[in-house]
Amino acid sequence: MKQVVRVAAGQGFWGDWLEAPRRQVEGGPVDYLMLDYLAEVTMSILQKQKERDPRMGYARDFIGAMESVLPAVVERGVRVIANAGGVNPVACAEAIRALAAERGAGGKVRIGVVTGDDLLPRLDALIAAGHPLANMETGEPLSTVRERVLSANAYIGSTPIVEALGRGAQVVITGRSTDTALTMAPLRYEFGWAPDDWDRLAAGIIAGHIIECGAQCSGGNCLIDWKNIPDLANVGYPIVNGNPDGTFEISKHPGTGGRISVPSVTEQLVYEMGDPHAYITPDVVADFTSIKLEQSGPDRVRVFGIRGAPSTDKLKVSIAYRAGFKAVGTLVYSWPDALEKAHSADRVLRERLDRLGLRFDKVMTEFVGASATHGPLAGQVPADLPEVQLRFGVRGEDRAAVERFTREIAPLVLNGPPSVTGFAGGRPKVEEIVAYWPALIDKTQVQTAVEVIA
Amino acid sequence: MKVRLVDIAHARSGDKGDTANVGVIALRREWYDLIARELTERRVADHFRGVISGDVQRYELPNLSALNFLLHGALDGGGTLSLKTDAQGKVFSTALLRMVLDVPDAEASSLGLPSA
Repeated sequence: MKQVVRVAAGQGFWGDWLEAPRRQVEGGPVDYLMLDYLAEVTMSILQKQKERDPRMGYARDFIGAMESVLPAVVERGVRVIANAGGVNPVACAEAIRALAAERGAGGKVRIGVVTGDDLLPRLDALIAAGHPLANMETGEPLSTVRERVLSANAYIGSTPIVEALGRGAQVVITGRSTDTALTMAPLRYEFGWAPDDWDRLAAGIIAGHIIECGAQCSGGNCLIDWKNIPDLANVGYPIVNGNPDGTFEISKHPGTGGRISVPSVTEQLVYEMGDPHAYITPDVVADFTSIKLEQSGPDRVRVFGIRGAPSTDKLKVSIAYRAGFKAVGTLVYSWPDALEKAHSADRVLRERLDRLGLRFDKVMTEFVGASATHGPLAGQVPADLPEVQLRFGVRGEDRAAVERFTREIAPLVLNGPPSVTGFAGGRPKVEEIVAYWPALIDKTQVQTAVEVIA
Repeated sequence: MKVRLVDIAHARSGDKGDTANVGVIALRREWYDLIARELTERRVADHFRGVISGDVQRYELPNLSALNFLLHGALDGGGTLSLKTDAQGKVFSTALLRMVLDVPDAEASSLGLPSA
């Protein structure tokens, strides 16, 4: 058995730095490259793409990423684990197979495909069988929005990924795996952790949580001492150096920028945290209050002491549904009296919308430069601000009303308060809202499957 | 003595639906107890009055010298529904760090706290 397994994070979300995957496999030795592409509403975007073209529905960036790391996979045996499959992991795997063939590596890359998370085709049957898929926040049953559902995927854990690795997959593609399972699975596989070895599974999950947002634990978006974090242009993405006993170190490649310190890792640990005693995943319930950190070297943090508890009998389900329309328009007002002008324009706009008889579920005005991010907490705003951006948004079920609103912004340039600019982007775009509906389902209702192709 | 939270702690925030979470981390381990004593659920709820519509829950992580706050009803519905610039609660962290604490002079000097 290996005594250290190195899992490198190469993408923290769909849209992350395109350079990162290649830098992770070329910057030093790693065993696994972990790529996380899925956020809460990403699945619905992919579902829309699949409806337009049945060969789509996966994270297209993954193809470019694989292209950039293919030599490392073929020649050096680096294995890749990604939830890039979205709502169409099989098509994603086919695209990777085609890419390998195109690059002269046809048949040389074994691709594991994990399916079974997609509940959309079974949704009515599940509801009929007494699974209400109630919204975890509001308690409402899914039947209230059933007609508007776009996608429904169970969050699945490490087990099918471990199986794919065991069957020799060099690239494992999943749909809605949990972000953390992508990191825990290779550790569990390499060290042979039992499915009820709660402490070690929890350690693997926490390792995953630390690196799942890429550079956000290695100096990116890091508040502490931010001015002195070196060379962010060349930031190093994190690597988990896992040990068989469940302890691990976070590091990055030598010569890269950024910083790995106890505070930088702690900032990431608290990111998107709920109850720290019970971080619930399909594999284990991890206890964040057991985590111990120590600086074990330059840009190196040791993580140990982690405890876990048995997993629950439920899986979380990520459901996306159509929830109306929104549009946001902006204009910039300059000194003198920038904030007063923006307030005046806001009043004019609201009166015009009112006279048009347009009704919205929500109308929101923000004054960027004065109070958009901290609201009243920002305190007294200086009287002589050089500029303020008026940011005006509406949301409602009636597409036509939202559309009509978008035509009321530009006229203000000539028929509203003075010293206004920043409208070059044109009329605001009407956006269909795809909202998130978190639910639970019994684990027994979800069966995953693994296929390995080459 | 007045002590600015931003001088004794750092923070990161994120979202879960319409809830923003803020993790507040003491800049020095020995400042954690003071921060844990001062940053009660009630105090934080007062701080965010008019900014969030729901209540505040607090969790303690003494192992990380950190507190985790859940601010419910913070994000205008959250995620894609929200019209807010900060729809994902990314800068609720710095909004919380705007707090100013009243610390007895003797305690502040024995802890070596920077004054506001």
